[in-house]
Amino acid sequence: MENNIFQLQYAMDTFYFLVCGALVMWMAAGFSMLEAGMVRSKNTTEILTKNIALFAISCIMYLVCGYSIMYGGDIFLSGIAGGETLVADALAASAENGFEGGSVYSGASDFFFQVVFVATAMSIVSGAVAERMKLWAFLAFAVVMTAVIYPMEGSWTWGGNDVFGLYNLGDLGFSDFAGSGIVHMAGAAAALAAVLVLGARKGKYGKNGEVNAIPGTNMPLVALGTFILWMGWFGFNGGSVLKLGDITNANAVAMVFLNTNAAAAGGVMAALITARLLFGKADLTMACNGALAGLVAITAGPDWPSPMMATIIGVVGGVLVVFSILALDKVKIDDPVGAISVHGVVGIWGLLAVALGPNGTIMGQLAGAATIFVWVFVASLIVWLALKAIMGVRVSEEDEYNGVDLAECGLEAYPEFTSGK
Amino acid sequence: MKLVTAIIKPFKLDDVREALSEIGVQGITVTEVKGFGRQKGHTELYRGAEYVVDFLPKVKIDIAISADLLDQVIESISKAANTGKIGDGKIFVTGLEQVIRIRTGESGTEAL
Repeated sequence: MENNIFQLQYAMDTFYFLVCGALVMWMAAGFSMLEAGMVRSKNTTEILTKNIALFAISCIMYLVCGYSIMYGGDIFLSGIAGGETLVADALAASAENGFEGGSVYSGASDFFFQVVFVATAMSIVSGAVAERMKLWAFLAFAVVMTAVIYPMEGSWTWGGNDVFGLYNLGDLGFSDFAGSGIVHMAGAAAALAAVLVLGARKGKYGKNGEVNAIPGTNMPLVALGTFILWMGWFGFNGGSVLKLGDITNANAVAMVFLNTNAAAAGGVMAALITARLLFGKADLTMACNGALAGLVAITAGPDWPSPMMATIIGVVGGVLVVFSILALDKVKIDDPVGAISVHGVVGIWGLLAVALGPNGTIMGQLAGAATIFVWVFVASLIVWLALKAIMGVRVSEEDEYNGVDLAECGLEAYPEFTSGK
Repeated sequence: MKLVTAIIKPFKLDDVREALSEIGVQGITVTEVKGFGRQKGHTELYRGAEYVVDFLPKVKIDIAISADLLDQVIESISKAANTGKIGDGKIFVTGLEQVIRIRTGESGTEAL
């Protein structure tokens, strides 16, 4: 009887993991739509190509060596299906942990859940470098990012390993529940390095320091993408509880869903009102960035706050993101979708907000944030500079003017005046 | 025969079409166009940065009529398209040398 219950719990926790992973996978669609809406129509096909290719590269490289760097085990995932003693092993582990103890689930489901996080981190880069980067330079970076850079910092945090054998972030009290720092700020650090190497889009900044608007082509896609990401985030944070199969954990999952949603709502209203006060108009793209800011802010700790507290954490994220976007434009860091602000600046806020609760200390959070940022930023900068030297990272001025759709993909997103044959 | 070309605000198109039907105009051709007059463009806002839209969307109507209908047509359009605000548009009148109905080969006022 006990074994039957453990079998059922194993099945439920594995199933929960897989469904949450599928929700996070769908965030790739959200990023694609958001980015396609925020660029000009002449750069739409290319950014969609980038998004689907980076997702595939993430899946392949994490399979080849990323997962093994981060969590141990063999490369190419050999042995992940479980051997002949799979059932007996799982039952033994379940008995040892007890019904309400740590989660026991399929190793393959763990890989599936982890791999979609890698793709999320990589997606963050694509928006920031939109409209001017060479497609294949970006994809080459994606290989290094998802095979080495992300798995290394992942191994120091969720993997529990020492940072180059020097110190252990877990021992310092670092806590990042679902990845405000490990996933989001890491992606933003790589994006920042990319933008610094790449430079701003032509015409974005005037000679006298003026910031010119380059309006996105499709606001419905921006809103749709935001809603898709919001939905996917329930898998992102909810799945990170890692277990559903007993009352305590089922309740924890429900609280995480509730807090995740509350923070997003707080982020939207904070950004919308902040933008209204600053610009005199209701700014949709800022409101959408606000939703994502609220979500990023709560990701490091959706498990501990009250719903009210979660809303406030989201509100702070929503205010921060608007000021951050304006500040980055002041220093001419051109980020067409606001990815560095949403995921980087607010990611740091999310990490620090954990210290308000019982799970983290301010020193531990700062140490973790600094470690992740310095590693990802420096490693990415080296890779970007190497790519710049080898193949160049930026398209020619003429290609940028004509749009990277024609230069890189040879296809317009919205063809007109074709022969129709 | 006259060719009347009117540039109007897009939301006034239905009013103008109805007014023209009432006085017996048989057909009009409508084109979506962009441009500016003394009104110039207007500013919009994207992520905190203002930008100027130089060319505003307008609707252009082409109407071929017999000369005796001209005053009525001008009056109808002027009345129907008027909002009293800047940007209401303009009416241009030109002479029309010849009109031919393709289906029947009729020409002149017969073809209007």
